[in-house]
Amino acid sequence: MHALATHALRLGDDALILGQRLSEWCGHAPALEIDLSLANIALDCVGQATHFLALAGALEGQGRDADRLAFHRDVMDFTNCLLVEQPNGDFAQTIARQFFFAHYQHLLFERMQAVQDERFAAIAAKAVKETAYHAKLAGEWVIRLGDGTEESRARMERGLDWMWRFTGELFAMDEIDSAAIDAGAGVDKAALHPLWDARIGAVLAEAGLAPPAPHRPVLGGRIGRHSEHLGHLISDMQFLQRAYPGATW
Amino acid sequence: MVSAQTWTAGASPARAPAVQELRAILAGVPDPEIPAVSVIDLGIVRAIEAQRVVITPTYTGCPATLAIEQSIRAALDSAGLADVAIETALSPPWSTDWISDEGREKLRAYGIAPPPKGAAAASLKNETQAECPRCGSQNTEEISRFGSTPCKALWRCLACAEPFDRFKCH
Ligand SMILES: [Zn+2]
Repeated sequence: MHALATHALRLGDDALILGQRLSEWCGHAPALEIDLSLANIALDCVGQATHFLALAGALEGQGRDADRLAFHRDVMDFTNCLLVEQPNGDFAQTIARQFFFAHYQHLLFERMQAVQDERFAAIAAKAVKETAYHAKLAGEWVIRLGDGTEESRARMERGLDWMWRFTGELFAMDEIDSAAIDAGAGVDKAALHPLWDARIGAVLAEAGLAPPAPHRPVLGGRIGRHSEHLGHLISDMQFLQRAYPGATW
Repeated sequence: MVSAQTWTAGASPARAPAVQELRAILAGVPDPEIPAVSVIDLGIVRAIEAQRVVITPTYTGCPATLAIEQSIRAALDSAGLADVAIETALSPPWSTDWISDEGREKLRAYGIAPPPKGAAAASLKNETQAECPRCGSQNTEEISRFGSTPCKALWRCLACAEPFDRFKCH
C-alpha cells in the first residue's frame, strides 16, 4: 500500500475502532446524559472513519471503499493505535481512554487542517470542532471523578494508570509519518507530545490527580501487532459481513 | 428510490432547469431530523448550478447525511430533474453561521433555541447563554451537552421551567 493510503488508513482505523468501542456503552452508561454523549461521540468517530477510509481506498486505487476496508479486513490488517482498542473497563477507564485520545486527536487535527493536501485538510477541519467537544467532555469527567468520592477517585486513578502505557504510541513517528509530512499531508506528531502533556497535566491538576508514573510506551498497533482485544471487537463489528458476505439493505 | 431512468419513460426530455427553480425545489426539502426547517434554511446547500447541486454535511457523524441526500434526490427526480447531480463538499466546513435568519426563526417557533450568529468560532471555549424559545428568558442552564440528535444540546429554562433543545454552536 502507498504511504499516503496507509496514512489515511491509520487515521480511519483509530476513529473506527474507538467509535465501535464507545458504541458498546449505548444503553449501558451510568446516566442518560453520558449515555447520549458517548453515543454521539461514537457517531462522530464513525463519521471521521468513513471519510478517512474512503480516502484510503481512493489513494490505494484497488476499488475498496470505506465499507470494504471496515468490514473485509482481518485483525492484522488494522493499523489503529493500541489505546483505542483497549476494553471499556469501568466507566472511569473509558473516560481515561477518551481523555487521552481526544486531546491527542484535537491537537493533531488542529495542525492537519492547515496541511497542503486539501483532502486531509478538509477532513481535519471538519472534525476538529467535534474533537474539541470530545476533549472538553472527557476532561470534565476526569475532574468530576478525580475530585469526587474516594471510590470514584480510586477508579479514575486506576483507569488513567492502565491507559497511560498506550499513550506513547500516539506520538511515535515512523517512515509512513515522515512520508506523509513530505507529501504535505501529515503532522509531526512527536512535536505534539509536550503540548499534549501540558493539556493533560492542567486537567489532572484541577482534578487533584498526579500524572501517572512514566511507562515505556507499548507499540505495535500501527504495523498490525494488536492486543487480543481487537480480534474480539472485530468479530462483533464484522459479524454480518462475515456471515453474509456482501449483504446490503 | 426513483432511478435515473423512470422519469423519461412517460414525460419530458432532459432539460436544464433554472437555478431559481432548483432553489425553490430544495427549499421544499425538509431536514429529516428537524422537519420545520429546509435544507436551504440550514445552509446545507452550498452551491446550485444548472446541472449540479453541492451539499455539505453538518456534523461528521450526522446519521441524517445520507437521508438528506436521498430526500434531495427524490425531490429532484419527481420534478423531472434526474440529470441534476448531487455532490458533497467537505471544505470549507459547515458552521451554524450558515443557518439563515429565516431558518433561525423557524427553529425558534419549533421550540429549538437557535445558535447565536458569529458564535461558531468562539463557542467552544466561552459558551453563550441560550434563550428560552418559549418565554424568551436568558435565565437558562445546560442539562446535557449532547441531546436527542448530534446537533442539539438539552437545556432547561429556569424562568418557565420548560426543558428545550438548543441547536449547538458549531
Ligand atoms: Zn422559558
